[in-house]
Amino acid sequence: MEKTKYFFLHQLNRMNNLSIQHLTGIKDLTPEDIEIIFKTTDSFKQVINRPIKKVPSLRDITVANLFFENSTRTKLSFELAEKRLSSDVINFSSSSSSVKKGETLLDTVNNILSMKIDMVVIRHPNPGAALYLSKRINATVINAGDGAHEHPTQALLDAYSIREKLGSVSGKKVVIVGDILHSRVALSNIYCLQKLGAEVMVCGPTTLIPKYINELGVQVSHNLREALEWCDVANMLRIQLERQEISFFPSFREYTMQFGLTKEILDSLSKKIIIMHPGPINRGVEISSDVADSSQSIILNQVENGVAVRMAVIYLLAAKIER
Amino acid sequence: MQPQVILNEKQVDLTLRRLCYQLIENHNDFTNTILIGFQPRGIFVLERLKIKLEKILNHPIQCGNIDITFHRDDFRRRERPIIPSVTNIDFDIENRNIVLVDDVLHTGRTIRSGLDALLAFGRPKKVELLTLIDRRFQRDLPIQANYIGFTVDTLISEKVSVEWKETDGKDQVFLFTPIESNE
Repeated sequence: MEKTKYFFLHQLNRMNNLSIQHLTGIKDLTPEDIEIIFKTTDSFKQVINRPIKKVPSLRDITVANLFFENSTRTKLSFELAEKRLSSDVINFSSSSSSVKKGETLLDTVNNILSMKIDMVVIRHPNPGAALYLSKRINATVINAGDGAHEHPTQALLDAYSIREKLGSVSGKKVVIVGDILHSRVALSNIYCLQKLGAEVMVCGPTTLIPKYINELGVQVSHNLREALEWCDVANMLRIQLERQEISFFPSFREYTMQFGLTKEILDSLSKKIIIMHPGPINRGVEISSDVADSSQSIILNQVENGVAVRMAVIYLLAAKIER
Repeated sequence: MQPQVILNEKQVDLTLRRLCYQLIENHNDFTNTILIGFQPRGIFVLERLKIKLEKILNHPIQCGNIDITFHRDDFRRRERPIIPSVTNIDFDIENRNIVLVDDVLHTGRTIRSGLDALLAFGRPKKVELLTLIDRRFQRDLPIQANYIGFTVDTLISEKVSVEWKETDGKDQVFLFTPIESNE
């Protein structure tokens, strides 16, 4: 039998497995996991550019999208990804549900699961909600944003977009500008970019940079021009007013004057950098309209890649669901 | 035990050449015909056919590759998912004659998935199947090839392996028989 083994090697080389059962955060992923996700994403990107943008892989899987917090892009993107994999999809949003009547998260989810759900995509205002669920329910959990903690699929699609535009992420310099303190996108991006070998800098007003950010091994700058001169890619974040209970800066106008990215600044830089934004954009606050629509911006590519990345994540995690 | 050689380098070459002439018999000058190879191993057969056909016909013929990973019916039945290869069909297959090309026809399940994957690109006029090795009597589905390089009768415990110069150093086909069933 020994000799018969080797000719399956070419098949084995092509087989791969994620090290995780649930995607609750980038922190749990290995660089190899991310590479597997990216390779699978390449193929799904091809699929969604075909005349028939659908594959039958997940015909026997049912996915519940549980959105306890508002979302447009992420929700549409997940739903589209699920449908293009042929899974059955049910949607839930807390604004129109019994959560308003005092039901706990676990009760809500268990009720939904008794309808035979295989996978749960959850967005929740409380950090750790996805992890909490993943330890208590018998379904695969994907975190679609938990408070100011993590937003793993966003980080994956951001890194994938950089890889697509610049060839690789390793060795690239990325600056994340804006409300780092309240941003789950920032934290997930820092983990993801560092795992892929990029250098990360955060830039924003002192009040919006977390106190212990240095422990993550990122550089800090409070000067937008200096940060932009340093970087290859700038990821501009929105000011998360909904998470701010106090004022962190005097006025939007003052924030924009110091940290808003305008065409003037962009054109005065010594090299052409790439501009990203996870959305929703507040035009004229963190980024001006002409920058958002410029040729250096890959904001819409990010959205397109979002569907493909989510298809890859769902596909790879669904492969681990036992029949 | 030693693997048994079914086709050596010269026989592989001869067989492929015969398949080329069979294809020409049915498809004339290939103006409305496209050859599509299955990823990852069918593309080696396709590449060789393409070179030979172009030499005989003296003009280029249209070819593509198809990856069937997402259309497989054994997703979640195997331990680990297969990382997909590249699909390369950047032409219209509407109303064209398609010849699918693979190395080994065994259970027929790959071909079933391939047809499924192909139809996502349009509605071809006709689809045919070419295989280098046909493992007769091993079919799970009612699928037969139109062009067959070599037919072998095998037990289910036996394995057929097609090796190519690019990946294994030599073009040749082996039959592996497990020791138990050989006694």
